[in-house]
Amino acid sequence: MSFLELNKVTKIYPNGTKAVHETSMNVENGEFMVFVGPSGCGKSTLLRMIAGLEDITEGYINLDGILINKVDPSDRDVAMVFQNYALYPHMNVYNNLAYGLKNRGISKEDIEKKVNEAAKLLQISEYLQRKPSMLSGGQRQRVAMGRAIVRNPKIFLFDEPLSNLDAKLRIQMRLEIKKLQQKVGVTSIFVTHDQVEAMTLADRLAVINNGLIEQLGTPIEIYNNPKSMFVAGFIGSPQMNFLEGELINKTLTSEGFEINNVTSDFNGPVILGIRPEHMSQTDKGLINLSVDLVEQLGSDNLIYGEIKNKKDFCFRCPGSQIIKKGSKLSLNINDNNYYVFDKSNGNRVN
Amino acid sequence: MIRYFSSNFSHLILLIGIFIMIIPVWLIFASSTHTALIINTQGLQFFLGDKFLENYTKVLLYEGGFFKEITVYKMFLNSFLMATGVAFLSVISSLMTAYVLVYFRVKYATLLFWIIFITILVPLELRIFPTYSVMSTLNLVNSYWGLIIPISASAIATLFFRQFYKTIPDELLESAKLDGANTWRFFIDFLVPLSKTMIVAMFIFMFVFGYNQYLWPILVTSSEQYWTVVMGLKMMSGSIVNKFAFVIMSMIPPVLIIIVLQKYFIKGIFQDK
Repeated sequence: MSFLELNKVTKIYPNGTKAVHETSMNVENGEFMVFVGPSGCGKSTLLRMIAGLEDITEGYINLDGILINKVDPSDRDVAMVFQNYALYPHMNVYNNLAYGLKNRGISKEDIEKKVNEAAKLLQISEYLQRKPSMLSGGQRQRVAMGRAIVRNPKIFLFDEPLSNLDAKLRIQMRLEIKKLQQKVGVTSIFVTHDQVEAMTLADRLAVINNGLIEQLGTPIEIYNNPKSMFVAGFIGSPQMNFLEGELINKTLTSEGFEINNVTSDFNGPVILGIRPEHMSQTDKGLINLSVDLVEQLGSDNLIYGEIKNKKDFCFRCPGSQIIKKGSKLSLNINDNNYYVFDKSNGNRVN
Repeated sequence: MIRYFSSNFSHLILLIGIFIMIIPVWLIFASSTHTALIINTQGLQFFLGDKFLENYTKVLLYEGGFFKEITVYKMFLNSFLMATGVAFLSVISSLMTAYVLVYFRVKYATLLFWIIFITILVPLELRIFPTYSVMSTLNLVNSYWGLIIPISASAIATLFFRQFYKTIPDELLESAKLDGANTWRFFIDFLVPLSKTMIVAMFIFMFVFGYNQYLWPILVTSSEQYWTVVMGLKMMSGSIVNKFAFVIMSMIPPVLIIIVLQKYFIKGIFQDK
């Protein structure tokens, strides 16, 4: 039996909107699970059902062997970090951390000890007497995490906690969350719409779309083996290139080139997916790209151009390579790293 | 230049306003320091006289009513009890009503709120007979409770608290829930401290409202010992200068409470969260 079990969990709002469809998954003890998907896909709803902030319409959730469908949020022993932190504005940092402990009837000495430990861990000891309004974004973020840690809950829930921070701080906090989780070892679920955050944080990743889990696996598994066009397009940056084509008798024709010996028995219209980083320049390659735009990132160059009917085709090459706007490139796909999807339903066929 | 002119112009308008407000008060104060003879023969006085101490001492030693049961101190005490009672009860009841309307899953909460709100259109004077009959059935005529209870539910204060609660983000409630706060704790630990400035503002509002009551206290009390300051202004016998002195004295408590709490009052009324 897993630590957290979701079994055919469904959420239907009173107005009839189905936010989550019969979702089943398991999260193991100590695992860092990330729910990723576009906004409105139901990932936050799923998290809130685990927290007890939304009722579960159908299905059941088990946490540590206990059915928690009807358990009050305060008795579930879960801690949540909210997008806007939801710090208590009228309490100082110490009381923000201590409040949950006070309600659990823990003695004053123990509270002080726990709060000080958590504050030390998060390096917020100097701010304990300050009000949240006197703290910067990053410090508030730490306090919000401190409030979760101090209670030593069974599970941490993070609801897009980094989206209010600026880019630099976001990367730093991302790192700290990961380190902290490894140190404390508490099972965590992290909701985000940012695929980079998802890839870097997750032990396992659930890509959610329209209230359904499209794919569940380790970040690398999902990156290397996306099961559907949606997952392929969502994971990876810059996005995978999609080309329309036709697959007949293991030969794929698309935008002026052919790929033979495709490992698929599918026949019919398909979408060919190629990641920008899975191509390299050769003399007589498969794909002829006329360059429209070059984005120089320093370490890499992102080349955007046109191949036959497809615009904004992206190719990634090392930053040392100098490529001029208007030049023509000849590209090959490395090691058959391409993906073929059924055009009608987006499912992977190779 | 235009800006300089317009700011001066608006200052001028404000100054005129201040004069219009202050002059009557000043006239009464200045007049209260003269002898009754001067007032009766020469009308209101603009400059101070020399009978300040004499006139005010007389008021302070005044014993009023048929049985001489009421003194100025007692009137101030009555007014203070009534105003404080009204302020306390209406703040507490409005806080709780707003809490229920905003945070509980009450059916037709908005409709209920508007029903509460339209009671603003029904002043006490309009419902004075049924109210009196209720108080008399409850045996509260001639008591402090009779003075306080009928005017201690405030739709305006309920409106203020309701609008304020609506600006508090839901995450705060959710976060408090996960931290183990029950319904009561959320109210006491969160809503009350967060609405502190507004509580003070409403308290002042209702204090002045209760202090200014005239018709209701006159109706619900027949015993002299329940005279309030505002009733005393009418009932007091004596010369005109003593009445003027009492008018000035009657203004002190509400002005005092506003001066002491004005910082909160302004913050509470113009809360910009």
